[in-house]
Amino acid sequence: MFVRGLKRKCFDGEEDIEGTLAGIKAIPSYNLQRQSLLDMSLVKLQLCHMLVEPNLCRSVLIANTVRQIQEEMTQDGTWQMINTQSTGQASLDRLVSTDILCRSSRDPAEGKHVPGYGTFSKDFESDQAQDSSETMSTASSVQAPRNLQSNMWEMETPQENKGNFQKSLDQIFETLENKSPNSVEDLFSEVDNSYYDLDTMLTGMMSNTKMGHCDSLETFSSPTNTASNSNCKSDLNDLDHIVEILVES
Amino acid sequence: ADIISTVEFNYTGDLLATGDKGGRVVIFQREQETKSRPLSRGEYNVYSTFQSHEPEFDYLKSLEIEEKINKIRWLPQQNAAHFLLSTNDKTIKLWKISERDKRAEGYNLKDEDGRLREPFRITELRVPTLKPMDLMVEASPRRTFANAHTYHINSISVNSDYATYLSADDLRINLWHLEVTNRSFNIVDIKPANMEELMEVITAAEFHPHQCNTFVYSSSKGTIRLCDMRSSALCDQHSKFFEEPEDPSSRSFFSEIISSISDVKFSHSGRYMMTRDYLSVKVWDLNMENRPVETYQVHEYLRSKLCSLYENDCIFDKFECCWNGPDSTIMTGSYNNFFRTFERNTHRDITLEASRESSRPRAILKPRKVCTTGKRKKDEISVDSLDFNKKILHTAWHPSENIIAVAATNNLYLFQEKIN
Repeated sequence: MFVRGLKRKCFDGEEDIEGTLAGIKAIPSYNLQRQSLLDMSLVKLQLCHMLVEPNLCRSVLIANTVRQIQEEMTQDGTWQMINTQSTGQASLDRLVSTDILCRSSRDPAEGKHVPGYGTFSKDFESDQAQDSSETMSTASSVQAPRNLQSNMWEMETPQENKGNFQKSLDQIFETLENKSPNSVEDLFSEVDNSYYDLDTMLTGMMSNTKMGHCDSLETFSSPTNTASNSNCKSDLNDLDHIVEILVES
Repeated sequence: ADIISTVEFNYTGDLLATGDKGGRVVIFQREQETKSRPLSRGEYNVYSTFQSHEPEFDYLKSLEIEEKINKIRWLPQQNAAHFLLSTNDKTIKLWKISERDKRAEGYNLKDEDGRLREPFRITELRVPTLKPMDLMVEASPRRTFANAHTYHINSISVNSDYATYLSADDLRINLWHLEVTNRSFNIVDIKPANMEELMEVITAAEFHPHQCNTFVYSSSKGTIRLCDMRSSALCDQHSKFFEEPEDPSSRSFFSEIISSISDVKFSHSGRYMMTRDYLSVKVWDLNMENRPVETYQVHEYLRSKLCSLYENDCIFDKFECCWNGPDSTIMTGSYNNFFRTFERNTHRDITLEASRESSRPRAILKPRKVCTTGKRKKDEISVDSLDFNKKILHTAWHPSENIIAVAATNNLYLFQEKIN
């Protein structure tokens, strides 16, 4: 999944990296894993928001994890680097990249430095160096959680609920709107149309998140959560509409 | 059968109540020893079944309110009837369970089949007599304590004064009087003025077993606060604050999540309390706030799997824990239908499995072992083979004997110490 030959370890086992790789390779690996954790947490938060009765304790714990990662990235200086760069098509990457973390098995013969994007990568410019798109994409993701957090706890009315969620989603998509028409078209021309089916994308992600991704946990049995999947789908159908509007503009 | 969501013995241990995801309560009663069936003592059979909560719909928020029973707590028995409190996310109900083994016959105004008698046919008065009938156990709702919680109720606890009880949700704790349903008193409120600043929630709360002014509540940050209701009306200021300093060497992004306390239970003596977080159980001395006196690792082999457990949400599972009668042994659940008991004096611990294969009636449970190193011995099970869908979240220990109740998803297992 990561650098070829790198024995993929679970995130917190990083101190166990057993010299199969040079110390230098360990550092981007940590950043990548941290980024993946951030993505996964954001998806979890978003999905929380969509479900009928989000568990407040779980949401608070995930939000705190996101905050912790952000703080560490700020201290690292990774966060500052992001601010100065344009996000490019990174915002779309943001939503997809959780897929990286959540796939259960990798083809080790991939050979690329870049993790496969799976079904979404067909026409995607996944040839870009992973690192740069990684760092760029963090910008929108960090903006998203701020909005998400503020909007997430308030569950007073369903209208507010939907409105808030649309706001947070708008945040994620706003970078698209800011693009000049030419670049937007360029952007979209290379992307597979199925990507815009937010429904399939996020539910695909959701089913992927259920599977253990670590090599050692291939037999991890996942709790199937079809009920929440269907809840997601019904809410996401609304979002299809939003995405279509953006595409047409 | 539905997924069991709570298990609780009553004060004598003769009754065992379970609540499930469908809002039902099933009460089991211990069989009395009889000459014809000398081994029957210790067996529990169904005593009463009733629907405690129904699914509701909150029209204002457009949200469904689950009927799942989160907690059941018995009241001490004061007359022939039994009383228990059961709660879902929003509403607490007081149920009366009573036996009826006689019925009255010979009414004046109605016939035996219930039809009203013609007044002109009543020529004399008679006194109705009581005749025996088959035992019937009735459950009737006596009080409904509603509309006091905005967030999901996670705990209820009956006070030692037997007149009041507390109910706790994610951000608030309310005090009720058992006789009063239209009013409750807020005693803890940790909701921030600005919800964006919310960082911590209440995860469990319990009254002290003997001091009716004292209660504790645990948080998602791994802290426990002990409050004294005599000090102020609103107990936002704690009297004692229990927190173990973090071990910097084991810090990870999951540290906070795994430190979140899922259950807190006072010992029967009232001297200690026990907390359960994701990987361990800790015993605290109420007189020492800076660290627990005992720590037991429940499934330390999961520490390297936290990333995956976060991914599939297992890291958010809320395990409960319980004390035995003399407070010498503690028990808690794990995955793969394993549950663990820890003897405090001898530091012996045992892992057992609650499954059909290993639990034939009267069979002795074989201790299980999880293999953590590469070389798996015979009869050991490797971490990768553990079934994370089979989780034992709810367990209960008989108040005075060595009988334990273990809920494994939708099955209830009862185990007893072998008497030679």
